[in-house]
Amino acid sequence: MSLSKQHELHRRRRGRNIGVGLSLAALIVIVLGLTVVKVTRGGLELQPATESSDGI
Amino acid sequence: MSDTSFDSRTYETDAQFGDYYALLKPRVMTLVVFTALVGLLAAPVAVHPFVAFCAVLFIAVGGGASGALNMWYDSDIDALMRRTAKRPIPAGRVAREEALGLGLALSGFAVVFLGLATNWLAAALLAFTIFFYVVVYTMWLKRSTPQNIVIGGAAGAFPPMIGWAAATGSIGIEAVLMFALTFMWTPPHFWALALFVRQDYDNATVPMLTVTHGRRVTRVHILVYTALLAALAVGTGFTAIGGPVYLAVALVLNALFLRGAVQIWRRDEVAAEGDNFAVEKKFFKLSLLYLFAHFGAILVEAAAGRLGAW
Repeated sequence: MSLSKQHELHRRRRGRNIGVGLSLAALIVIVLGLTVVKVTRGGLELQPATESSDGI
Repeated sequence: MSDTSFDSRTYETDAQFGDYYALLKPRVMTLVVFTALVGLLAAPVAVHPFVAFCAVLFIAVGGGASGALNMWYDSDIDALMRRTAKRPIPAGRVAREEALGLGLALSGFAVVFLGLATNWLAAALLAFTIFFYVVVYTMWLKRSTPQNIVIGGAAGAFPPMIGWAAATGSIGIEAVLMFALTFMWTPPHFWALALFVRQDYDNATVPMLTVTHGRRVTRVHILVYTALLAALAVGTGFTAIGGPVYLAVALVLNALFLRGAVQIWRRDEVAAEGDNFAVEKKFFKLSLLYLFAHFGAILVEAAAGRLGAW
């Protein structure tokens, strides 16, 4: 048995917590997806390093 | 005081996730999503589907953020109007400060992420749209001039231009035409609404045209703007984003829209109140179909062009 009694307040807030959790999960998917697309399509390619005049 | 004590009266108005979602004005967001998507897909540049999805999502979030900021600033007059009294802030479910925080946070998020996902021109346009809607329309025009929705309508007209800019990195004449279509559509759409929810605007002392210049003038304005809109909408059919499908849709819908505007113009208040503003309400509903059908036709033309149909 749980030490703290479940109250209506907790039940009502569960929906809000799930909503926030899903929003954060969606944000992770979006950032990951955008990163994959940008990397695989060359959107984030680094500029080629230019050689300095003394050849280093 | 014990650890288990709390005020049982407060939790019943505790905000649910849906209340925060309602702050983003989801119905307005539908229009933003659709027109932005059309702007993006009508552009002559192929965009990766996931980038396109994210771009439309960020534009929608930016539009939603401006809705939350609008509700933060307008909570005093929202409480006075029957149409808006049940919004989360006047209903007491969300604090004004929460709406302000959510609006600012989502604005920053949407602009930065749109810039990172597409380009900074699109991001700058989104930032300007949020600024225009919140500062120019909500804080300034809405309470000071009957031209509020004419100029403020620009905020709702930007999404297809942002979509186009997200795809191309520039602003073409086609994007300007899509902007103009929504911009010219807004006044007759809102004035028809104002004709049948007059009491609301009276109560809130919002200077809508119906309040400041009377209902006869409003009916004339609806007719004039609808005629100008019809010329623009049909004329767009002969540009790069037009075509046979668009032209057919534009001809039919503008004929219906003009007929509705003439009916509104010819009516007096006795006739309008006699049938509980049936003509005005019908015109308002038609205006929703009008915009979706025009942008839908632009989308069809873009798809047909890509498939080489004509």
